[in-house]
Amino acid sequence: MTPEEIRQVLEALGAEATLADHPARGVHVEAWVPADRVRDAAQALRDREFLIEDVIGVDAAPEMMVVYHFHRLEGGCRVRLRVRADREAPRVPTIQDIFPGANWHEREQHDFYGVVFEGHPDLSPLILPEDAGDLRPLRKDEKRLKGLDHIVPPPADQGEAS
Amino acid sequence: MTDVFPPDLIRLIVSFVIVVAFAFTNAAVLVLVERKICGHIQRRPGPFEVGPHGLLQTAVDGVKLMAKQMLVPRNADAGLFRAAPILSFVPPIAALIVVPFARMLQVRDLDIGVLFILSLAAVNVLAILVAGWSSANKYSLFGAIRAVAQNVAYEIPLLLSLLTIVIWVGSFRMSDIVAAQGGFWFAFTPMGFVAFLVYFICGIAETNRAPFDLPEAESELTAGFHTEYAGMGFGLFFLGEYTNMLLVSAIATTLFLGGWNGPAFLTTAGTGFWATVIQTLWFLAKVYGLIVVMIWVRWTYPRVRFDQLLNFCWKILIPISMANLAVTAVWLKL
Amino acid sequence: MIPRPDPTLETLVLNMGPQHPSTHGVLRVVLKLDGEYVLEAHPVIGYGHRMHEKMGEVRNVSGFYANVGRMDYAGALSFGHGHVLAVERMLGIEVPPRAEYIRVITTELNRIASHLLWFGAFLLDLGAFTPILYSFDDREYILDLLEHVTGARLTFSYFRVGGVNRDLDERFIQGTRVFIRRMRSRFEVYHKLVTGNVIFRKRVEGVGVISPDMIRKYGATGPVARGSGIPYDIRRVEPYSVYSEFDFDIPTFPEGDCFARYRVRLAEMEQSLRIVEQALDRLPDGPVMVEKVPKKLKLGPGEVYQAVEAARGELGYYLVGDGTDVPYRLKIRPPSYSNLSLLNELAEGVLLADLVAIMGSLDLVIPEIDR
Repeated sequence: MTPEEIRQVLEALGAEATLADHPARGVHVEAWVPADRVRDAAQALRDREFLIEDVIGVDAAPEMMVVYHFHRLEGGCRVRLRVRADREAPRVPTIQDIFPGANWHEREQHDFYGVVFEGHPDLSPLILPEDAGDLRPLRKDEKRLKGLDHIVPPPADQGEAS
Repeated sequence: MTDVFPPDLIRLIVSFVIVVAFAFTNAAVLVLVERKICGHIQRRPGPFEVGPHGLLQTAVDGVKLMAKQMLVPRNADAGLFRAAPILSFVPPIAALIVVPFARMLQVRDLDIGVLFILSLAAVNVLAILVAGWSSANKYSLFGAIRAVAQNVAYEIPLLLSLLTIVIWVGSFRMSDIVAAQGGFWFAFTPMGFVAFLVYFICGIAETNRAPFDLPEAESELTAGFHTEYAGMGFGLFFLGEYTNMLLVSAIATTLFLGGWNGPAFLTTAGTGFWATVIQTLWFLAKVYGLIVVMIWVRWTYPRVRFDQLLNFCWKILIPISMANLAVTAVWLKL
Repeated sequence: MIPRPDPTLETLVLNMGPQHPSTHGVLRVVLKLDGEYVLEAHPVIGYGHRMHEKMGEVRNVSGFYANVGRMDYAGALSFGHGHVLAVERMLGIEVPPRAEYIRVITTELNRIASHLLWFGAFLLDLGAFTPILYSFDDREYILDLLEHVTGARLTFSYFRVGGVNRDLDERFIQGTRVFIRRMRSRFEVYHKLVTGNVIFRKRVEGVGVISPDMIRKYGATGPVARGSGIPYDIRRVEPYSVYSEFDFDIPTFPEGDCFARYRVRLAEMEQSLRIVEQALDRLPDGPVMVEKVPKKLKLGPGEVYQAVEAARGELGYYLVGDGTDVPYRLKIRPPSYSNLSLLNELAEGVLLADLVAIMGSLDLVIPEIDR
C-alpha cells in the first residue's frame, strides 16, 4: 500500500491529508483530522495493519495539537495524524479500544497537558505521582507559547518545500 | 562416682558436643566451599579479601550475622517466628547421631536408623511452613505453600527408593546396611543405581536447593520463606540447609555408596584407631563428593517451574521408584 | 485500575516491586493472583521519572547531550544516535561518512553489550546464576573499548550534531577485531550452557506467546516484534545513517514465545558483529565532524520525526522547532514503554514464575520507560 493510497483513504474520512517529504521530515503522510473523525481514521489504519508508535501533545496557541504516529510494518509508511484541541479544556476521543497501546500514551499526555481523552477508562496519573493533580508540567507559559501556524506551517508551504 | 556420672551419660554428652561442633564446622566449611566453587564456575575467585584466599570469610560473616539485630515484623506471630529457625536447624543435627561415620564411630546404632532419619528430616518442612506462615508476608506465605507441596511430594519417591535398599538388606539398621555393602555397593547394581538417582534428585528437592529452590526462588518470591528473617534467624536457616545437605549426602553414602567402605583393596573393616580414621576419611570423601555435585548442579541449572516440579515427581519419579521397588522385591524372592 | 485487596479472600493482591529482584529497577507490578495463577497484572511506572522531555524544552541541543545517555542505561548510544539524527534532519546537515561509520560501529557494539546484559539478567530471572557472569565477562570487553573511544562506560554522550566527539584510533580498531573473533567463539559456550538446557527450554518454550496482531495493537517493536515473526527493524524498513550499505539479516522467529525472543537476541548479536566487521573493513578516511556547525543551532520552525532501532526496539524522537535554538517540543518514544504496555493482556492466566520469565524476555529498562 503506497503513501498515496493511504492519503486517499484519510481524505475520504474527512481529513486534510498531504504527502510529506520523508527524507526531510521522517513521515510519509500527514493529515489534519477533525476530532470526531480520529477514531475512524485510527480504525482505518488498524484495518490496514498499521502499528501505533505514539501519541503526543503539543501545546500551542490558540489551540493545542495532539499528534498520532502510525507505522506500517511492511513497506514502511509512517502516518501522522493531527487533531486540534481546545487549550482551556482539551477533549479528544480516545483510540485506546482500537489500539490498546494508545492507553498509556494517552494517559501520559493527560498527565503532561491535561488532555481529556473521552472514553478512556482510567486517566489517573501514570508517570506523574498519584497526587500530581493539575500539575500539567509540559504546558507552556505565555512567554514561550507559540502559534500553531508558526510551528506547523500550513500544508501549502510544505508542498513547496518538498 | 560412676553412679553420679554414668559412663553412658558422659558418652552421650561428649557425642552431642561433637555432633553439634561437627554440624557447625561443616556449615562454616561448606559456605566457603560453595562460594569458592561457585566463584570458579563463574570465572571469578570468590571471597578473597579476608585471610589467605578468603579462608576466614565465613568467620567474619558469622560475626556479622550474630551482631545483627533479629527483627520481628509487627504483624508476625512472634513466638512461631522465633521458633522456626530452631525447628529447621535442630532436627538434621539430631539425625546425625545415627549416621555411621566409621564402624566404631556412630553415636547410636538404632535398629530403626533409616526411619529415625526420615522422620526427623520431615520436620524440615514444618519449619519452613511455620516460618512462612508466621512472617505475615505474602511472599513468605507463597514460599511456605510451595515448600509443603514440594516436600510432601518428593518424600514419597525418596522413601520408596530407600525402601528398595531396606528390603534388600532386610534391616533398618545403618550398620547392617553398610555391612551388606562389603563386597559391592548398591549404587553399582541396576536397581540400586536407579534408586540412587531417584534418591539424589529427591534429596536435592528436599533440601530446597536449585534447581528445586522454589520455596526461596529469589527472582520470583524475593527470598521466599525467609524474606523477613535477619541476623542469626536467617543464619540458622542457612545452617539448617547445610546440615540438611550433609545429612542427605550421608544417607546416600551409607545406603548406596558403601558407607565407610573404601573401594576394593583400599578398605578396612577393622575396629582400631587407624582403621577408624581411614573409614571416616572414606565416608567424608564420599559425602563431600556428593555435596560438591549438589553445589555444581545449583550453579549450573535454571530453576524449574512449580507445576513442572510436581509433574516431574508425580509422573516420573514416583512410577520409576515404584517399579524399581517391585522389580527388586520380585528379584529378591526368586 | 490497580486491583484492591479482595475482602472475600478469593484472590490475593500481591505487590511486586518497586524493589523486587526481577523487575530490574523501580518497576512495580500489582498482581491479582488466584493461587499461583495471575489474573491481572498492572504495571505501575514513573518511579524513576525525571522529565527528560521538559529538560529538552528548556535547554539547547548541546545541553541535551548529557540527557540522552541517562534514559537507557544499557544501550545509551542508540538514544544519542536518534537525537543527533533528528536535529541533523531538521537542519539538513550532511555528516561526513567516517563519522556515520563510527556511529554505527559504536552503536552496534553497544547493542551487543545491551543484549549481553539482557542475556544474563533473563537467566537470573529464571534462576540460573552463572550465565550473567559469563556475559558480563564479554560485556566488559565492549565497555573497555567504548570507554577508550568515548570516555564513558555507561552514560555515553559521544555523538554530536554534525559528527562525533573523537576519532577512532588504531588501538580501538585492533581491539574490536580481537573482540569480534572472541565473541564468535563465545556464542557456542552460551548455546551449550543455556540454549540446549532442558530446564531452560521447559521454562521458555510456549510461555508468553505474543501474536502478531498484539504487536500491532500495542506498538511493540524490536526483538519482541521479531520474536513474533514480524521482520520489523528500523534499520531495514526505514534505513537511516549508513545501514543500507551493510549486508546483515533481520533474524525473526514466528513462535512468539519467550524462547523466540531469546533466539532473536542471540542471533542479533551475531548480526551486529557482522555489521561492525564490515564497517571496520570499509571505514573511510576523513573528518569526523562537519566543517562548519553553527554555534547556535536554530531549529525550525517545523517538525521532524526520527526513528532508530535501539537495542529494545523502535526509538522515536519527535522534534518541534520554533525558530530558536531551544526545541519547542521534544518527545521521546522509548521502545520499552510500548513493550511493557502489553503485559496486562499477556499475563492473564500464567503462573507467577512465567510472569517473571515474560517480563525478563521483554527486556525492560525502567529508566527509559519513566524518562
